[in-house]
Amino acid sequence: MTGEAARFSFLSLLRHGAGKTWARQWRDAQPKASYDVVIVGAGGHGLATAYYLAKEFGIRDIAVLDKGWLGGGNTGRNTTIIRSNYLQPESAALYEHALKLWENLSRELNYNTMYSARGVLMLAHNHHDVQVFKRHVHANRLQGIDNEWLTPAQAKAFCPPLHIGPDARYPVLGAALQRRGGVARHDAVAWGYARAASAMGVDIIQNCAVTGIVRDAAGAAVGVETTRGPIGAARIGVAAAGHTSVLMAMAGVRMPLESFSLQALVSEPVKPVMPCVVMSNTVHAYISQSDKGELVIGAGTDAYTSYSQAGGLHIACETLEAICEMFPRFRRLRMLRNWGGIVDTTPDRSPIIGLTPVPGLFVNCGWGTGGFKATPGSGHIFAATLASGQPHPIAAPFSLDRFATGRMIDEAAAAAVAH
Amino acid sequence: MLRIPCPWCGPRPENEFRYGGQAGVIRPADPAAVSDAAWGAYLHLRDNPKGRHVERWRHLHGCGRFFTCVRDTVTDRIASTHKPGEAVA
Repeated sequence: MTGEAARFSFLSLLRHGAGKTWARQWRDAQPKASYDVVIVGAGGHGLATAYYLAKEFGIRDIAVLDKGWLGGGNTGRNTTIIRSNYLQPESAALYEHALKLWENLSRELNYNTMYSARGVLMLAHNHHDVQVFKRHVHANRLQGIDNEWLTPAQAKAFCPPLHIGPDARYPVLGAALQRRGGVARHDAVAWGYARAASAMGVDIIQNCAVTGIVRDAAGAAVGVETTRGPIGAARIGVAAAGHTSVLMAMAGVRMPLESFSLQALVSEPVKPVMPCVVMSNTVHAYISQSDKGELVIGAGTDAYTSYSQAGGLHIACETLEAICEMFPRFRRLRMLRNWGGIVDTTPDRSPIIGLTPVPGLFVNCGWGTGGFKATPGSGHIFAATLASGQPHPIAAPFSLDRFATGRMIDEAAAAAVAH
Repeated sequence: MLRIPCPWCGPRPENEFRYGGQAGVIRPADPAAVSDAAWGAYLHLRDNPKGRHVERWRHLHGCGRFFTCVRDTVTDRIASTHKPGEAVA
């Protein structure tokens, strides 16, 4: 079945509320022998890439492969923070491109991605934080991106649970606030893109692990070996997050990536208590409240590389200790679950989007600890890059060869998690 | 938290140690003589395997010494640790 997906509307909700059963939202496709484009990784970035390729670049013969299930990797494991107040002009352009797409995404996909611009508050706990965040505020204002400096009292007014008293273990000296920042529903982003892409004819193939990359005599990538048989491809886009190094090694390409386990956890659900997103890079604590009422908390990475999707308990405990100091009223909350996701970090903490030394093979990776916020923008510019064979202007600075030329895009200070 | 067997001090908790990344990355003897690509590879390219990883650790809050560790990156299980200069199994 291809064509328009059945649209969600007030009337369709009424009909289904009266007992009409919902149809499948996307096809569970079987692999064909070959495609124009094969995308490896059915997370937000890979699905968004397929969607924009089909919608804006006229390529509909696409397969999105995933070794597990759709959105089951970092898309379903992150803390859903969205913001664009990055320091470097290249990064600001990239994340602002994404933020503009977030603002209209639910309408574009006819799917409620629950984007909520509730504001992202980044706390400064020491003199250095104050200097760094003020520098970000000024840089962002020059870039035309909203970001403002708040005094401790203003931060407290914006986020009443925040403890700013003189006895605070982590004193709040001020905060940077991006009001357009916020959160979205991570699963809905994957589902919305999958539904819209599938309706345009994109094959989403789950439980299909890539085991090799096939190259012709000239060295160009011409297909993939998978656990469900070989699949030919004129172009291959790898959007596999923490497993990118493993996939690229199949084509003989070494990557400037290290994979770490990044943890998150959620509390038991409570009534609305947390009006915004609060990030504290210095003490590794990130917190917001989901619409279900759970406090969604982001912790740090382990010190060592890993593919375990777990992470040490002491990492999560350090974050909870910091949360309890900053928000004393949360001390009696119980945690429901914690988990890890495997994030691929680059030396400059900026992503890699574009061409590789292997013709026909493209890569979108290195999003590290903060890739969710970029999902629509990343998918859009990677689709443009795959369609034309040349980097989209926003993607161009994020080339793989910057690690040989030295043109780094240093976002170490702005990355969501210090390392 | 890992329990890491320091070759000198025996098993100790992970937070006494500092991770040092992939072991055996050799600095070019004459940096000015190598290409940008080779120098960039030395600085930035890493194996990042899913499975057996030979890596450097330092017992920072213990004896302070460097050593080599063989760990599985899927299970995080440590197969062996070695003093500098020892053959890695």
